[in-house]
Amino acid sequence: MTVIGGFFFLGPAGHQFAHSWSKRESFEQAPMYVAVLTYLGFGIVTLFGYFRDFLRAVGLEKCHLAQERDEQKDFVPLYQDFENFYTRNLYMRVRDNWNRPICSLPGPEFDLMERVSDDYNWTFRLTGRTIHNVINMGSYNYLGFAENNEKFLQPVANATKEYGIGVCSTRQEMGNLDIHQELEELVASFLGAESAMTFGMGFATNSMNIPALVSRGCLILSDELNHTSLILGARLSGATIRVFKHNNMQSLEKLLKEAIMGGQPRTHRPWRKILIVVEGIYSMEGSIVRLPEIVALKKKYKAYLYLDEAHSIGAVGATGRGVTQLFGLDPSDVDVLMGTFTKSFGAAGGYIAGKKELVDYLRAHSHSAAYATAMSPPVARQIIRAMKCIMGLDGLTVGIQRVRQLAENTRYFRRRLQELGFIIYGSQDSPVVPLLLYMPGKVGAFSRAMLERKIGVVVVGFPATPITEARARFCVSSAHTRDMLDKVLCSLDELGDYLGLKFSRRKCTQFELDS
Amino acid sequence: MDVKNLKEYLHWLYYQYLLITGIYVLEPWEQSIFNTVLLTMVAMIIYTSYVFVPIHVRLALDWFALLVQGRVDHITHLSG
Repeated sequence: MTVIGGFFFLGPAGHQFAHSWSKRESFEQAPMYVAVLTYLGFGIVTLFGYFRDFLRAVGLEKCHLAQERDEQKDFVPLYQDFENFYTRNLYMRVRDNWNRPICSLPGPEFDLMERVSDDYNWTFRLTGRTIHNVINMGSYNYLGFAENNEKFLQPVANATKEYGIGVCSTRQEMGNLDIHQELEELVASFLGAESAMTFGMGFATNSMNIPALVSRGCLILSDELNHTSLILGARLSGATIRVFKHNNMQSLEKLLKEAIMGGQPRTHRPWRKILIVVEGIYSMEGSIVRLPEIVALKKKYKAYLYLDEAHSIGAVGATGRGVTQLFGLDPSDVDVLMGTFTKSFGAAGGYIAGKKELVDYLRAHSHSAAYATAMSPPVARQIIRAMKCIMGLDGLTVGIQRVRQLAENTRYFRRRLQELGFIIYGSQDSPVVPLLLYMPGKVGAFSRAMLERKIGVVVVGFPATPITEARARFCVSSAHTRDMLDKVLCSLDELGDYLGLKFSRRKCTQFELDS
Repeated sequence: MDVKNLKEYLHWLYYQYLLITGIYVLEPWEQSIFNTVLLTMVAMIIYTSYVFVPIHVRLALDWFALLVQGRVDHITHLSG
């Protein structure tokens, strides 16, 4: 629910925009009994957890996890905190739903190795069978570049033969290859920015570059649900961090006002820099950032904006340029455009783009550029060919077709799930679809039942999500055909009835089927 | 056919009970412990209500009757 009255800094068109945008997002709340039963389920399993811990302490049961040695029993306990308790007593019981070994490339369908456990998930053994053609609804394969097509991968093979695999040096020493220059120019022209710099690891792009941009005496305003890499980078920088409620513009404006009026904590001097850190698409919620409002706020209060487009680059926007294109904004409005190549480009690594002065500063001062190995050349060649494919520079229309196919698949999948009666979070354009399961028992049952029907899903539970909101997260890909999506939807329909997952009380009448 | 449907329906109900209480994740002997404790509690509740509820209801009705009787006596006393 948004309150339109607070947005006095937007013009009349902005008000209309904010109102229509809020209708495209939904975070429906489940009925009250669902929350009560979820707490009940967790309570009962916690009681049994205490009971099993008691049996282990008394010695009636062998402890399979790490334990302190007898000589250390008088020291500060290592394994008594809640996280270890939770791991021992709840996570271990349903552990077979995660870390499943796969033995093919993670395209729209993949092969799994069958794995059984004889002692309730403490140890696993592989039976030797392979489960073929499991539909993959968990990989971040938004544009289908995780493919084994010989024609498309020939340039990558040539780059491997020409450059080898490892660079064996950092960017600042001897790791700056011509393929990196080519990649960076291409990334800058793809995004519409002046200049760009690429790094070997997406997580490290955030955690190593935010400390280079801000330091003590600066203020970071970060969204509640930001990714761990952003939080780690913010903490490493030493700047003051204040958190605003997820996608809530009143909360952000209040913090900005307080920051500007109050200044730094004790001295009340003005902040050296105020950096607003948000993501394009939040992968646990499927929500899209309210970029026009944030840009208006940033211009009004003279702050800087750091936009992490890990999930949204290539996946949203009419031609795959990300949230700036989705909202029709100028990319130069965003000060620091960051993204990763892991999700939509089928490679690895990250980039930061922006004004030339910013990127030149980062080339000299980034920790990643100074100490981390440069990106591997075959990976860089894969990104170049994927980006040229999306931009259409290779002469074919495959790229733009994939972007359109992804948008169509996303709309179809979300609309059908809403019709079936599930609670889905997030915006209508986001290819990440979280389906709420709520109860801890249903989390394990759902994942196992979907695997029996040869569909691989990712379920997420307590530490990554709030305790009452366990969910299954689907990632729609442009490589999924309509048949595969229909098969998944059919299985979801059956399982929804059998497990009792259809909590939505909304009648979906408001979604137009646009082409 | 009806017996088979009934059996499947009961099986589905038991499965829902396992999922909702979270017992589904536990090992079978833990499930047995929980079921035993729960059934014992339910049996005790049923026994207690069988023994005491009729007596309590009767006493409550008697008290209400006394209230009404007392009011009638008061009115006749005033008018008489």
